[in-house]
Amino acid sequence: MTSRKPDGPPDSWIKALGVSVFLRDTLAIVAVELVKLRRDPSEIITRSIQPALWLLVFGQVFGRLRAVPSGTIDYFTFLAPGILAQSVLFISIFYGISVIWERDLGILQKLLASPAPRSALVLGKALSAGIRALAQGLIIYLLTMFMHVHLNWSPVALIGVAASIVLGAAMFSTFSLMIACIVKTRERFMGIGQVLTMPLFFASNAIYPIAIMPDWLKIIARINPLTYLVDILRALMISGGSSSFGIGADLLILFFVLIVLVLVTARLYPAIVR
Amino acid sequence: MSGPANSAIITENLTREFKGRVAVDSLNLTISSGTVFGLLGPNGAGKSTTIKMLTTMLSPTRGSAFVAGHSILSDPVGVRKSMGYVSQMLSADGALTGFENLMLFARIYGIPKSERRMRIEEVLRFMGLLESSSQMVSSYSGGMIRRLEIAQSMMHHPPILFLDEPTVGLDPLARHLVWDKLQELKTLFGTTILLTTHDMDEADQLCDDIALMHSAKIAVIGSPQELKLQAGADSMDGVFIHFVGEISDSTTNYHDIKETRRAARLMD
Repeated sequence: MTSRKPDGPPDSWIKALGVSVFLRDTLAIVAVELVKLRRDPSEIITRSIQPALWLLVFGQVFGRLRAVPSGTIDYFTFLAPGILAQSVLFISIFYGISVIWERDLGILQKLLASPAPRSALVLGKALSAGIRALAQGLIIYLLTMFMHVHLNWSPVALIGVAASIVLGAAMFSTFSLMIACIVKTRERFMGIGQVLTMPLFFASNAIYPIAIMPDWLKIIARINPLTYLVDILRALMISGGSSSFGIGADLLILFFVLIVLVLVTARLYPAIVR
Repeated sequence: MSGPANSAIITENLTREFKGRVAVDSLNLTISSGTVFGLLGPNGAGKSTTIKMLTTMLSPTRGSAFVAGHSILSDPVGVRKSMGYVSQMLSADGALTGFENLMLFARIYGIPKSERRMRIEEVLRFMGLLESSSQMVSSYSGGMIRRLEIAQSMMHHPPILFLDEPTVGLDPLARHLVWDKLQELKTLFGTTILLTTHDMDEADQLCDDIALMHSAKIAVIGSPQELKLQAGADSMDGVFIHFVGEISDSTTNYHDIKETRRAARLMD
């Protein structure tokens, strides 16, 4: 082993390779999360109980009531993408607590003391949440198949759904990381997480269309990113599904919100160890 | 500017305030390359805050510092590339194996793919952990975890290592093994080591120079022998008591105690 000179490697090539360094570090974080998930997938199973209940109990009952106008498709088919989006939200919105754990364990300090760009640490976490959400999505696909929902099996649609799930989970988990950086303690974080989840869910088009909402709620639903995730999933997941805002617009909005959140959270990240 | 070439760390009026409370007050330190430097002092004296600033986790309120010639203010990434850091807490990931823990950092520190395995084996062998590298870290002893953390921090061959209470919570045998490894690092690779400790025995045996911090300032600085002479004491405990005087209860806060106790408990 040889000792390196204090001035380290030339900065020029590292700067030139800035993007690849960013990707490498992001993927290094994702790889670790994948190993952990593979070793202990129990969370995926326990987390799928709640969406299963929504689909089986709520979906069945409300489908029979015919109280919600779901357009040309039956209510259960209308609901399925909404519940998929909901489970993406639920699995991601508490993801930030992992960073509080890692701070308490000292793992985060070590990562912050490394040259990895802070935005790569944040995006790595966000994409890891995306992978968890994908596993969840698989279970919801199985459930809906079992419930005879007509799913869109075209490869393009499936890839679109997978990308939307990852994008949505990355966005909500970054939001969650941002809150963790601000509140810093587990207790406060859990409190705020609980407060946020239900309003985000109910002020969206997940279980009823925006058209039947009162005007004030319509406004909130339109600035709620969950609405756009539901919209794109509704267009791509079920056969004969359609988008209200356009798939391109949905993707653009989700992507834009993700980028802004990653940049803000990367700035806040070191604050959590103070 | 980066000061004399043989200085690994230089601080210039380094100051940090928290809501009006001064945690580190105009610190001026010069640490020579290839030495082990101990930062001592009661809880709340400013040791951890100093390390956080030098490792770019916390920005100073005033003043500046240079680590391996890189400014903590204008070139934090340069600083982070030139250093290794071992946190006071148990920072190895128990849900991964020893090897996987090191692989994460081999990637993040930009060690080329073709060299990663070799480097990981090299540091594992150096730290005496090669046989247990495929075991989950949750099954490691406190001493093994500490050695793994040091292995991780030296994998990219940094010229400077920061160690926050490296032997807190370890039994005497594990403690001595960590000391031996740190000495080897210094003599074999010329690594500069900055450590904080509450263990006066550790400071005496391991450190070439010691700065005793008290109430955010440096009370005294020198080699263990010089300090003992100055204090007229025959042990570092005596030096500590001489220079820190009566231990003020107001300097230690709940947070410091919580951190130290948690670290000690986790290592047990």
